[in-house]
Amino acid sequence: MSEADDLIEVRSLKTAFGSHVIHDDLNLTVRRGEVLGLVGGSGTGKSVLLNTIIGLKQPDAGEIYFNNKRLGGMTDDERIALQSRWGVLFQSGALFSSLSVRENVMAPLREHIDMPDDLMIEIADMKIALTGLGPEAGPKLPAELSGGMKKRAGLARALALDPDILFLDEPTAGLDPIGAAAFDELILELKEALGLTVFMVTHDLDSLYAICDRVAVLADKKCAAVAPIDELLQNDHPWIQEYFHGPRGRAASAARRG
Amino acid sequence: MSRQPSAELASRDEDGFTVLTPRGEWTVETIGAIASEVREIEHRADHGKVVIELNEIERIDTSGAFLLGRTIYECAEPNGDWHYRGDHPTARKLIEETVERAMNCEPEMDQGRFGFVRAAERVGLGLEAAWEEAISTFAFLGKTLIVFASTVARPWRFRVTPIFYVMEEAGVNALPIIAVLSFFIGAVVAFMGANLLETFGASVFTVELVGLAVLREFGVLITAIMLAGRSDSAFTAAIGSMKMQQEIDAMKVLGIDPFEALVIPRVIACVIMAPLLAFAGVLAGLLGGLLVCWSALDISPAFFVSRLQDTIDISHFWVGMSKAPIFGLIIAIVGCKQGLEVGGDVESLGRNVTASVVQSIFAVIIVDAMFAMMYLELGI
Repeated sequence: MSEADDLIEVRSLKTAFGSHVIHDDLNLTVRRGEVLGLVGGSGTGKSVLLNTIIGLKQPDAGEIYFNNKRLGGMTDDERIALQSRWGVLFQSGALFSSLSVRENVMAPLREHIDMPDDLMIEIADMKIALTGLGPEAGPKLPAELSGGMKKRAGLARALALDPDILFLDEPTAGLDPIGAAAFDELILELKEALGLTVFMVTHDLDSLYAICDRVAVLADKKCAAVAPIDELLQNDHPWIQEYFHGPRGRAASAARRG
Repeated sequence: MSRQPSAELASRDEDGFTVLTPRGEWTVETIGAIASEVREIEHRADHGKVVIELNEIERIDTSGAFLLGRTIYECAEPNGDWHYRGDHPTARKLIEETVERAMNCEPEMDQGRFGFVRAAERVGLGLEAAWEEAISTFAFLGKTLIVFASTVARPWRFRVTPIFYVMEEAGVNALPIIAVLSFFIGAVVAFMGANLLETFGASVFTVELVGLAVLREFGVLITAIMLAGRSDSAFTAAIGSMKMQQEIDAMKVLGIDPFEALVIPRVIACVIMAPLLAFAGVLAGLLGGLLVCWSALDISPAFFVSRLQDTIDISHFWVGMSKAPIFGLIIAIVGCKQGLEVGGDVESLGRNVTASVVQSIFAVIIVDAMFAMMYLELGI
């Protein structure tokens, strides 16, 4: 892999809350066009790492690079241009509660794009349909949706601008297995059709097997390993062994092979 | 300077087929400019006879594919090979994907009504909602009284700690602001009265005016309005956020009656604290009046107090005080009811906090007017 294929680079990141150090000298690279899964035990700072990469949290030390440009050194215009190429799906959807689902999806379009209103509504409805929600979901308020529907609506909003990079925070958590599998398939399809780069925090072993090109493991305040899942299975780090060879890991891997 | 990316579309007729040649960037940023052109073709052309030439597209995303796909979606066979000519790494797949997934649903537009009918409709709906709200508030009051009665029968179930906590939070901590406000209201009443009565040479009646106004009305009314603004919003927000976090559900499942645990302590605390605060308000109001009389009218404090005792019957004090626990009850009931009615979303929390403050102030003033009429008829 050449340098040019590195889309996001995290260099010697340090994150601490007070005296509690979460990440210390953490390095991670996301390649263009791959689906990278991020796993780690509870409290190892997976969501914190995601928030740091998308700029919601300032790193205490270290730098984040996008396309070899330092995130901290960008001008406001550059950062906004970069952000309009991102789609972020937060853990609970983070839909604007006062707007209907359709208006939620239209929000980024309104903000960044000059487009006639009727086309904007059609495109929003198309994105909603693309994520597997029925047309009746559009006029509903987020409070009227179930958890899984909120996730789909959140994904529709994240996809509104046809982003290059998709950040997903536990996209399949709380979905039923059928819904989760459909979600995985959708992300894979979108990735192939649009050349998306996907960075996902997940605990879902099935998703890891099904769609991730590489998996990064957070342990000991660092990125303990980044590798395709088959290589990761051979890794003898104790946490990785336990994670992938524990009862659930075995079941997922057996299902994959069988 | 780089060229501004844009989408272009050429169309020509070829043996009865409409051939579309999209060029350039067909992305969400660029298609706004070309939407009307595509729509025109969508309405004009026979969808079964549209051919799209793909090889001049530079970049395309789902939005661009969606717009192009609109020209063929009504065809019986939108995935037919004859629709596409030329090669593009992703365009055909994207168009097929969006046609398949998204075209069968027409957007539902809500038809808004305007003008007089709409205004009348809103007034009607508003009145109906207000009526239902009033009924449900009385129902809530009834339920609170029943739970209260059943708790009186089993007094060990009273939750003493929360009662005292609310008494401090909503009562003691509100004392400074209520005292200061009442002080100024008393002073203002004295000033206005002094000005007016001086023209009749009757400025000494300012004492009666201040005494009557503060004892009967202002002491207790200022207290109730402050309690409504300060504590009602806190009650609604606290109970409402518990509702949102499913804490109320958790209570029910654990066999704790939320009425007993949340509503009764607040009601008891408010009913106890409102008269005490009103008493403090009355004292502060009288002090304000006294100081104004002293400075503006040269009525000495000793004379003020003795004239107050001579002319103002103690019954005026009891009239004012008798209203305080009722106001406290109204405030606690409205605040708790609105809190328990919060739904799952943040929006409803804000709406209910506003409703709780507005409704309780409204109810306090209405009930005060009813008291005034009642005492007038009774001749007190």
